[in-house]
Amino acid sequence: MNAEFDIAETLDVKGASCPMPVVKTKSATDDLDAGDVLEVLATDSGSMSDIDGWAAGTEGVELVDQEEGDDVYKHYVRKTE
Amino acid sequence: MSTDTPDAPSDDAPSDDPPSRAELAARVNELEDALDEATSADGTKKMSIIATKGTLDMAYPPLILASTAAAFGYEVTVFHTFWGLDILHEERSKNLKLSSVGNPNMPVPNAVAALPGMDRVTTKMMEKKIADNDTATIEELIETSLDMGVEFQACQMTIDLMDYDEADFYDGVTTGVGAATALQDMADADIQLLV
Repeated sequence: MNAEFDIAETLDVKGASCPMPVVKTKSATDDLDAGDVLEVLATDSGSMSDIDGWAAGTEGVELVDQEEGDDVYKHYVRKTE
Repeated sequence: MSTDTPDAPSDDAPSDDPPSRAELAARVNELEDALDEATSADGTKKMSIIATKGTLDMAYPPLILASTAAAFGYEVTVFHTFWGLDILHEERSKNLKLSSVGNPNMPVPNAVAALPGMDRVTTKMMEKKIADNDTATIEELIETSLDMGVEFQACQMTIDLMDYDEADFYDGVTTGVGAATALQDMADADIQLLV
């Protein structure tokens, strides 16, 4: 795995479809401290674009990385403030 | 013939003296305040949706957009009127129907779709697809949206028209509002949608 950041929390939204991956990611980041990175595991193929767009359009979060695995899409979101 | 020469003192200038630094600074502050007020006061983006439809398929778009906008940090208001009220109606929202008539994308011709019981069949088909796909139910989307701070409003005129009771709606739904409230929300919003 990526050594550049530590994962503070993991959110499993496998099986959930739009809009739940984004909505649950937002709720999960609310509980983080500034600087923490959230790992999101999803099976919704739309989550690659959606979480990218959500992070770009939302204050206080940034997308650190995304990985497209065999069945699971992994997203890493940092809370910035 | 021009009389507005640059060095002619204009009528509205209070004195011939150029404004002091302090006066200019005060004026700049004043203008900045006015600009803050003109652009959204606290910088929060707003979305206003008017939901008028109560079929199963048309209940989804306003709820998906409302919950997603809330995740983006938008302040969201959804004003439900006419059949859109059924989305907020705790009992009816769990039994929304899909119309098989008038939808050319349905796999049955209209003549068959119009037969008694066909709406029940197509609704069951859709409900099965929703369950198989792990798509959120209407109830889940409403509860999620409420948790995220979305304001659901039920139009008072149509509540009376449909003979609904305020207690029929989900907890947290705002009643006692009308078109003027919706219009005000739309005027303040960055995004306005009629669904």
